[in-house]
Amino acid sequence: MTTNDIVKPENLVYAKTPVLSDAVMHYCPGCSHGVVHKLVAEVIEDLQIQEQTIGIAPVGCAVFAYNYLEIDWQEAAHGRAPALATAVKRLHPHKYVFTYQGDGDLAAIGTAETIHACNRGENIVIIFINNGIYGMTGGQMAPTTLEGMKASTCPSGRNHERDGFPLKMSDLLALLPGTCYVTRQSVHTPGNVRKAKKAITQAFNNQKAQKGTSVVEIVSSCNSGWKMSPVQANKWMEEHMFQQYPLGDLKNI
Amino acid sequence: MKEVKLLKGNEAIAEAAIRYGVDGYFGYPITPQSEIMETLMAQHPWDTTGMVVLQAESETASINMVYGGAGCGKKVMTSSSSPGMSLMQEGLSYIAGAELPCVVINVVRGGPGLGTIQPAQSDYFQSVKGGGHGDYKLIVLAPSSVQEMADFVPLAFELAFKYRNPALILSDGMIGQMMEKVTLPPYQPRWTEQEIEQLHPWATTGKKAHRSKNVITSLELLSDEQERHNQKLQAKYQQMQATEVRYETFSCEDADYLLIAYGSSARVCQKAVEIARENGLKVGLLRPITLFPFPTEAIHKLAQQVKGILTVEMSAGQMVEDVRLAVEGKTPVAHFGRFGGIIPSPGEVVDAIKQQFIKG
Amino acid sequence: MTEEIIIAGFGGQGVLSMGKILAYSGMMMGKEVSWMPSYGPEMRGGTANVTVIISDNRISSPVLHEFDTAILLNQQSVTKFESMVKPGGVLIYDGNGIVSHPTRKDISIYRVDASEEAVRSNMQKTFNMIVTGAYMKVKPIVHMADVLKGLKSSLPSRHHHLLPSNEKAIEKGMEIVVPVNVVSANCCVNCH
Repeated sequence: MTTNDIVKPENLVYAKTPVLSDAVMHYCPGCSHGVVHKLVAEVIEDLQIQEQTIGIAPVGCAVFAYNYLEIDWQEAAHGRAPALATAVKRLHPHKYVFTYQGDGDLAAIGTAETIHACNRGENIVIIFINNGIYGMTGGQMAPTTLEGMKASTCPSGRNHERDGFPLKMSDLLALLPGTCYVTRQSVHTPGNVRKAKKAITQAFNNQKAQKGTSVVEIVSSCNSGWKMSPVQANKWMEEHMFQQYPLGDLKNI
Repeated sequence: MKEVKLLKGNEAIAEAAIRYGVDGYFGYPITPQSEIMETLMAQHPWDTTGMVVLQAESETASINMVYGGAGCGKKVMTSSSSPGMSLMQEGLSYIAGAELPCVVINVVRGGPGLGTIQPAQSDYFQSVKGGGHGDYKLIVLAPSSVQEMADFVPLAFELAFKYRNPALILSDGMIGQMMEKVTLPPYQPRWTEQEIEQLHPWATTGKKAHRSKNVITSLELLSDEQERHNQKLQAKYQQMQATEVRYETFSCEDADYLLIAYGSSARVCQKAVEIARENGLKVGLLRPITLFPFPTEAIHKLAQQVKGILTVEMSAGQMVEDVRLAVEGKTPVAHFGRFGGIIPSPGEVVDAIKQQFIKG
Repeated sequence: MTEEIIIAGFGGQGVLSMGKILAYSGMMMGKEVSWMPSYGPEMRGGTANVTVIISDNRISSPVLHEFDTAILLNQQSVTKFESMVKPGGVLIYDGNGIVSHPTRKDISIYRVDASEEAVRSNMQKTFNMIVTGAYMKVKPIVHMADVLKGLKSSLPSRHHHLLPSNEKAIEKGMEIVVPVNVVSANCCVNCH
């Protein structure tokens, strides 16, 4: 039996969505970004909105998100994605607009843009990857780094007296009247992946229904930054990250 | 239909923007330019032309909203005054790097820091030399009347889209706050989605099946590619220098002494030329209308004719450096300036000419 | 013809709007006009001033350091601007609260006690129109019909019912303005 004998439509049990490009991802093995990219791509395919979707890429590991999803993209300055998305959506009220941002981008340098976009209730989706560390720049402390967690700029562990506390951004955003849906998910098990996809689907449907801002936080692992194997990182995430950032809906109206 | 109104410079900007079919304005209040957004909000153009007007949470946000709108191929703009412009430099660098067209208005006030709310011209360097990080230029237009505030909105957009580059209208508190007669252009419709897709195939309008995706970015990590991108930008700036220089001269034909001034200072200098000539001094004035590209050649030519050049700026002397580069030592160049919000008087300018060039 | 005017007084006296009405009136007469205010926090309760130029020709500098006419409505303004009137020019001032009166002999000085009159005739809201009337009497450059047109285009339409009371105030100003010192209009070469 050759490969060609196997690759036939009737044998197909799974296919990569065409919204995901064939480019080889630059993400480290074990990273959550690839899975989340795939989920967003699948949701865009399922909802048949590829021609109407505009993504806003962040600065951080997902800076090259535009290489992986076959949609129109704008690459924002660090933290400014919600400002870009605000204008894109207001000028294209019938298109689907989402930002894809990490914790440094969304919860540190872009805190103001994030809070105000949510407070205006911009009809956008915010995908928020929270792995508690700056991955791209080499493992520095993030606003969401846990207390005691080591990073290259807090080598002996985050100490709140010096570094402040880990920021629960989604909890904060859930307080704002402009958000309609704030949920915290993960993609470290098949079950969680399915739940995360459901959440992302709901977020895009909220946009269609013009309900306000939807925020989908994905608590993620960064095994490179955390200096662990992917398996260890998932375990550590369950034991520590989920304590600080428990999964589930924070707001769903 | 054309309409003549008595308007503040700031109001003229807003009226012109609505009539020109601008799609979006994103701004943050700051004196002395808040009338721009106030006028837009009072006119509520979203009900008539469909223009979006939004008060952002900061100048940082407004310039990045402009980035987002410009990336969609829309006519978008913002305005601010000096301290706010400092915050916008990040966004402007990204917009220039991503080659997006947009219009920004700076109604300059005195600095540094919080400075003063009174007029100044101390943001010249920031405006014409890039302002943010990286090698880039803004197209810089310097209006010296309320009429030009209105006229330069369409002109700035035309140049911005022609070169896919941000264009800056460099005004100041005097031009922004004063009222003059202004003829407003007739209304023209905003671009339709189809027009945008045709005119600006690079814009993020949603990836259609027949085309590959559009990505607006200033990022290119491969050095060879980044160098090529920079060379392309530089070629664009050279093209602007070759074709877009605009300036105006007054009484230069027989001038022995030349004043060079832009914006508000140029208005003061016109009066100074009148006074000087009444006193038998043959003084002329060159008013750069584009500060980038700078009228280097015109100044170089006049430098061979006159006995001295005086630049008049409401600053410690910034444009004077570009004048010196243009003059290449052919004639003495001096600077006269007031700052901190003080507008020089025509008499002071005449005295400065005498002091600099006709001693004793 | 070029008329360069400074109007100065307390914020709230209607200095800026008086300037605006003169500029509108000039525009209605087909003249070139400019209106350059002092702006910022000093407007509230502090001093406010506005430079208005009405001319047959293109206006060069909208900011000036000497004026054909100064209309000064408080002591600070008299102190600051008296010396900036061109020789042969005109100074109109409101005597209310003035301790140190203008003294120049080379300019024409007129006094209009508009504040007092406004209170007496219950015209507080049109105080600046009394002053405008005084100016129109002394310097008949802008005419009543144009001022009324100017008022109409500068006032929102919900205030148009106030036009007759403004006209009355102007007439009152024309009536009560008195000369203090008058020099011949063509006394020196600097006059326009």
